[in-house]
Amino acid sequence: MADIMTPALGESVTEATVARWAKKPGEAVRKDEILVELETDKVSLEVAAPADGVLDSIAAEEGATVEPGALLGRVTEGAAAAKPAAAPAPKAEAPKPAPAPAPAAAAAPLAPSAQRIVAENNLDAAAIAGTGKAGRVTKGDALAALEARAAAPAAAPAPSAPREIHEREQRVRMTRLRQTIARRLKEAQNAAAMLTTFNEVDMTNVMALRNQYKDVFEKSHGVKLGFMSFFVKSVVQALKHVPDVNAEIDGTDIIYKNHYDISVAVGTEKGLVTPVVRDADAMSLADIEKAIGALGKKARDGQLSMEDLQGGTFTISNGGVYGSLMSTPILNPPQSGILGMHKIQERPMVVNGQIVARPMMYLALSYDHRIVDGQGAVTFLVKVKEAIEDPQRLLLDL
Amino acid sequence: MASYDVIIIGGGPAGYNAGIRAGQLGLKAAVVEKRGTLGGTCLNVGCMPSKALLHASELYEAAAGKDFATLGIEVKPTLNLVQMMAQKAESVTQLTKGIEFLFKKNKVDWVKGMGKITGPGKVEVTAEDGSTALLEAKNVVIATGSEPSGLPGVVVDNKRIVDSTGALSLPEVPKSLIVIGAGIIGLELGSVWRRLGAEVTVIEYLDRITPGMDAETAKTFQRSLTKQGMKFKLGSKVTGAKTSKTGVSLTVEPAAGGEAETLQADYVLLAIGRRPYTFGLGLETVGVELDKRGFIPTDHFKTSAPGVWAIGDAILGPMLAHKAEEDAVAVIEMIAGKYAHVDYDLVPSVVYTAPEVAWVGKTEEQLKEAGVAYKAGKFPFTANSRAKINHETDGFVKVLADAKTDEILGVHMIGPQVGEMIGEYCVAMAFKAASEDVARVCHPHPTRSEAGRQAAMGVEGWTMQA
Repeated sequence: MADIMTPALGESVTEATVARWAKKPGEAVRKDEILVELETDKVSLEVAAPADGVLDSIAAEEGATVEPGALLGRVTEGAAAAKPAAAPAPKAEAPKPAPAPAPAAAAAPLAPSAQRIVAENNLDAAAIAGTGKAGRVTKGDALAALEARAAAPAAAPAPSAPREIHEREQRVRMTRLRQTIARRLKEAQNAAAMLTTFNEVDMTNVMALRNQYKDVFEKSHGVKLGFMSFFVKSVVQALKHVPDVNAEIDGTDIIYKNHYDISVAVGTEKGLVTPVVRDADAMSLADIEKAIGALGKKARDGQLSMEDLQGGTFTISNGGVYGSLMSTPILNPPQSGILGMHKIQERPMVVNGQIVARPMMYLALSYDHRIVDGQGAVTFLVKVKEAIEDPQRLLLDL
Repeated sequence: MASYDVIIIGGGPAGYNAGIRAGQLGLKAAVVEKRGTLGGTCLNVGCMPSKALLHASELYEAAAGKDFATLGIEVKPTLNLVQMMAQKAESVTQLTKGIEFLFKKNKVDWVKGMGKITGPGKVEVTAEDGSTALLEAKNVVIATGSEPSGLPGVVVDNKRIVDSTGALSLPEVPKSLIVIGAGIIGLELGSVWRRLGAEVTVIEYLDRITPGMDAETAKTFQRSLTKQGMKFKLGSKVTGAKTSKTGVSLTVEPAAGGEAETLQADYVLLAIGRRPYTFGLGLETVGVELDKRGFIPTDHFKTSAPGVWAIGDAILGPMLAHKAEEDAVAVIEMIAGKYAHVDYDLVPSVVYTAPEVAWVGKTEEQLKEAGVAYKAGKFPFTANSRAKINHETDGFVKVLADAKTDEILGVHMIGPQVGEMIGEYCVAMAFKAASEDVARVCHPHPTRSEAGRQAAMGVEGWTMQA
């Protein structure tokens, strides 16, 4: 019998949700065949069969929360032919997944008292360390968890009890990714003194540049020349000019970062993720395009690792790909700034006293006013605007 | 020379359960027992025969006294003591034969005779006819149990002055019986003979009965027994006994000092406790020394000698058959290389009188002494419908739980057949359940078990039926 264990989930990730089992108990499996998909705060990951044989039992059903090292299920080695389905492990009790502090208790139902406390206070039973038999959560454990939460200053208020579902409604559990997005967005709004400044940029020159060189660029670098690389470059230059935007608040201190790791928002089926282009200041436009292309593909394939997502110093978000003309992006904590790009639209502009049609884009910079003052924010955005309108400045470090 | 994986010396609850478990786990096992039957004290001269007499005498008293008449059944019963003893013996025989069957089923050898260690891995068995056989084994488990303790000045002849064994087979119902020792054995056997017609006086050195029992429960228990006609002489010590053909005269002094007095009785039952039966086992040949009271010192059943283990009444812990059974399973599983653990805090105690008394975990006194903040919930059987219907309303259930975590720390029951109710709380406590866990579990109505639930509710102040 080989155990299927929850793998290490990456630094700072303590639990995962079982998203999908590819096999049912009793079905034959091959070694290294993908058996179960896990979802964490940040990424999905796949767990492969540890051996050839038959999936004997499932210890963590779909929807259950597991910790690294927790038992997911078992494979009976050798037996290649599918045998009659073994009795699956008892289902985790709805509505709360079973507590999983000790692997043995992964499927243990909650004691009536603990169940009440968890339900009344919207605690995460899986996050409570159990001291009972085989790691079960006792009433004392649940009360201690409740006390610990009360002691934590930024405790989220408990949402009200689930409301009734009407005929033409559908209740779907938020994925862990969605939950994390929701929580972090709200954290950003709660923590930062966030406001947004706008500007607009005339894309004529950068579009001309792109049109002139796109073929030869693609030929020599093997990647298409897009606008994203120009914006990353412009942002890095602006960050160097206004270091506050590249800094973060830590308690009563400010941490200035002398590295330029730009989080680039990428839309995926499951939600928006922000993989990081590292040391963008040391990269060429081609390097940046390649890096963004690779990260985007990984994100769409659900293959991003924790390392891909951590440590960005500033974020660029492009609502323009969906047609947005103007928006106010929300900070990606602990960062202090986020640039919103938008749709390029021809608008009548006055140039040298003449009304001419120009391809225009609105830019938005949301920033944490606790650390970036208005002058800095506006200067930052103007710097980006200038670099995009006159890309030669990028060459000259202006 | 016969060779085994494990030889167990003693065929009582510790030994026979060890044998069965060893057989189950595929170990080649032998149990050495000198008595002509298996089952040890428990089956032959302890728990089993005493329960046979307790059951029969309780029914006799119900018929002879007011209980039956209250129910509208009017009878005049005649006591047939010979038959009462015969049915007891018959049950005992069936039970001991049952162990023999279980041995065969699990391929356990019963080696008849007196076992003695003669060196590492060597056990010599002396049969009744004096012949000896030498056995060898990788592991030797000592499960020799205990015997009644003696008292200086009171010589047990098992004619007029009897121990628990003798009290199970008195040839007649005494007019008067003095029980020395207000412990479980004394009160159970005292109850048997009182129900059958004896005037029973219990003499106890301490100023309370049943030491170790929760004090409030013990007080209620004493009141019940007194109401039934049992007399108590607490804080008194027996300093001498003179036996004649027709009775015994006892010299009794106040424990605190003072004038001695002489008490007369047809029979005297000495029941002041039990001591480990551990001499003559050849322990010195493997370097195992007994402690001052004769117990074999162990660490998780391991003695100081490799391959020599000890369990049951021969080691420290409650001297109870069900504790010995736990030891037995644990020691064999450890020998088989498995994980095993026995929590002596979860060994329940039961007094099989009427009302019965049962408890598990800590008493209020123990919690107070340990400085543990606790809450108590109590529910009387007068408010329990089943008990009321049956006219058995003596007693209560009391649940003690941690004031903060609500974990159940002790449960004390006195009432009709509460011995059958305590197991629920043993399970709950093994799972570190809170009183609320029991309070929120559906119990059948109408049963006495509802009293257990209502008491649990009482811990957090929501007892609904009282």
